[in-house]
Amino acid sequence: MAATDVDIFSNEEKRNLNLGGHVGFDSLPDQLVSKSVTQGFCFNILCVGETGIGKSTLMNTLFNTMFENEEASHYQNGVYLRPRTYDLQESNVHLKLTIVDTVGFGDQINKEESYKPIVDYIDTQFENYLQEELKIKRSLFNYHDTRIHICLYFIAPTGHSLKSLDLVTMKKLDSKVNIIPIIAKADTISKSELHKFKIKIMSELVSNGVQIYQFPTDDEAVTEINSSMNAHLPFAVVGSVEEVKVGNKTVRARQYPWGVVQVENESHCDFVKLREMLIRVNMEDLREQTHARHYELYRRCKLEEMGFKDTDPDSQPFSLQETYEAKRKEFLGDLQRKEEEMRQMFVNKVKETEAELKEKERELHEKFEQLKRMHQEEKRKVEEKRRDLEEEMNAFNKRKVAAETLSLSQPLKKDKDRK
Amino acid sequence: MSTHEITYLKMKTRQQQKSLEGYVGFASLPNQVYRKSVKRGFEFTLMVVGESGLGKSTLINSLVLTDLYCGEYPGPSHRIKKTVQVEQSKVLMKEGGVQLLLTIVDTPGFGDAVDNSNCWQPVIDHIDSKFEDYLNAESRVNRRQMPDSRVHCCLYFIAPSGHGLKPLDIEFMKRLHEKVNIIPLIAKADTLTPEECQQFKKQIMREILEHKIKIYEFPETDDEEENKIVKTIKDRLPLAVVGSNTIIEVNSKRVRGRQYPWGVAEVENGEHCDFTLLRNMLIRTHMQDLKDVTNNVHYENYRSRKLAAVTCNGIDNNKTKGQLTKSPLAQMEEERREHVSKMKKMEMEMEQVFEMKVKEKIQKLKDSEAELQRRHEQMKKNLEAQHKELEERRRQFEEERVNWETQQRILEQQKMTLEKNKKKGKIF
Repeated sequence: MAATDVDIFSNEEKRNLNLGGHVGFDSLPDQLVSKSVTQGFCFNILCVGETGIGKSTLMNTLFNTMFENEEASHYQNGVYLRPRTYDLQESNVHLKLTIVDTVGFGDQINKEESYKPIVDYIDTQFENYLQEELKIKRSLFNYHDTRIHICLYFIAPTGHSLKSLDLVTMKKLDSKVNIIPIIAKADTISKSELHKFKIKIMSELVSNGVQIYQFPTDDEAVTEINSSMNAHLPFAVVGSVEEVKVGNKTVRARQYPWGVVQVENESHCDFVKLREMLIRVNMEDLREQTHARHYELYRRCKLEEMGFKDTDPDSQPFSLQETYEAKRKEFLGDLQRKEEEMRQMFVNKVKETEAELKEKERELHEKFEQLKRMHQEEKRKVEEKRRDLEEEMNAFNKRKVAAETLSLSQPLKKDKDRK
Repeated sequence: MSTHEITYLKMKTRQQQKSLEGYVGFASLPNQVYRKSVKRGFEFTLMVVGESGLGKSTLINSLVLTDLYCGEYPGPSHRIKKTVQVEQSKVLMKEGGVQLLLTIVDTPGFGDAVDNSNCWQPVIDHIDSKFEDYLNAESRVNRRQMPDSRVHCCLYFIAPSGHGLKPLDIEFMKRLHEKVNIIPLIAKADTLTPEECQQFKKQIMREILEHKIKIYEFPETDDEEENKIVKTIKDRLPLAVVGSNTIIEVNSKRVRGRQYPWGVAEVENGEHCDFTLLRNMLIRTHMQDLKDVTNNVHYENYRSRKLAAVTCNGIDNNKTKGQLTKSPLAQMEEERREHVSKMKKMEMEMEQVFEMKVKEKIQKLKDSEAELQRRHEQMKKNLEAQHKELEERRRQFEEERVNWETQQRILEQQKMTLEKNKKKGKIF
């Protein structure tokens, strides 16, 4: 269901006009082309395959140039992706080529998570594009597009079948990127083995539901060549940057004691087919598929995740403004709610603490009331005692006075007696 | 530590120039693009604006070399309504294997009323609604190939008064130059002599500059040849055009032209008018650029204004500058983060105030307790003092009493002894 298949002229009321002369809009494709050429093209290749399977060599061979590449070791802790960008030019066409290498793929003992860095990398490129597309002020026309247009999956030339790592990885990638499977180091397989190998691989891919890239057959100019090439998948390739003299020509080849494997000889390997399909015929289609199918799928999933819908519950289409406004209202409501919650929590806390402190205050007062009461009691006792004492003292004084008055009368008698 | 480590190298864009040894083949990319574009077909929307009778329909017919406007499909001047309408007609044309869907948008009634205030509003509304359609289509979750019905070019017809622009012309162009590519044309240029035409053009360009109107600018290219042509056009702006629906024979050549008693004004003769320049520029060389400028400049302006309004609610203009580099959602994310940090601060502050108040209250309570305790101690001391005093008095009293009682007893004893003595012996 490619987006490009929909006829853009279908739902308009239009009439056909027969021109009375040469108007000149047949130059439109040229105008478009000249604009694209001025802008330059960009193409991003992802090479997935075990260490040492020939990824870098193949890239060098394909593009006829020595890209810098250190040989990777087998002892990487995990898989990581190494992108490198080059500016190439051929006649007046500028190409910004990015080659992404998977370093360490297939080297670990546990390869269960090996596909993850690859998927993550592809998704990140989609995400970057999506973010740019969603910006308020954006500049898409001079954005450096880093989305992967083609994934070349290197299959080891065992001659038997696909490894389970291959199936797992390709299955994870087939909805995210155009995959072209290739048999690497094809000079180790004989012709008959190769034929069986190819059939086995394709049937395994089909039975596991892996969607690989089909060369398009809807454009009459390339239908024939594309459909015939589709039958040769996966391409068995040999890469080499060394030149060997064969006859009176110098060609790129691998020299063995038993012969010379010529890279560009179609009866030796499918390198020429790969180059033809990948670069000379379908490069633009690969870019288009990436944008119109894989990217759209990613975008759709992402937007749905974020809660965007195309129609509201009444099946009325949403306008962009409505969608954003709804989201914004929701968002602001959410913030307000959070604020309320926090305030409420504080109010509760304050109430609680107030109650606690009041309780303490009450207890304190009670304690002192009690002490006061005790004190009053004591005071009363003291008062009582005091009263008692006073009474006794009074009584005593009375006695004293009585005794004194008595003694006052007595001494007279005594004196009398003495005389 | 798990058995795998997912590490990413930052995208090292070491862009290097590489020279290729041998033919790789991506020089065929332009061809691939060519093929695909032809297969897809092209579309273009052209708007014609001007008072009735200025030759708009005739010019369009001349441009496409056929009767687009004819008896069956009359031009705008034959369809005048009470108010300004904006109407479009679509035609599908094929030439050299290339298919073009041309939409002509015309505005019958424009400038024809007595009071023409706001006659540009329907035009603005139309352009905006096309932008809106495109924006909505582009923003859908499920996107399909979007037909591009945005207005790519507006041909504005200026009446050949020979003096200058009318206020309506200036007003219209000022309001639309940031929404659409405007190409001003001098209509019915066969009423002006070459000198009058030159003067007129100079005057118009002066006024356009004075009012800061941005008409469509022809881009410079790297190609010397093309630049020469561009310069020619720039020098002859605004283009003075003549259109014709009739073909006349001149010097045994069949040409489009207007037959006068004094001669034939040929449409495609560069010395008679600038029609050829217009056609070449509009259709043969700059059609794609007009679409690109509409897409990259006018549409983007509309879009960013629309989205900024949604995000910032158009309230605070100082904030919007830095925010335009994000999508509305990223914008909301950032606002959310800001809000969270603001709330945290607020929470901390409230926490602080709360703690302080609690401390205060506890301190007060403590003070209260201390005070009460002190008072209690005081009272106890008082009481004890009283107690002691009482004890002392009692002791004193007891002592006194005991003394007195002892004394009394002694006295009693004495008395008794005396009594006894008295009784016993005579006192001599």
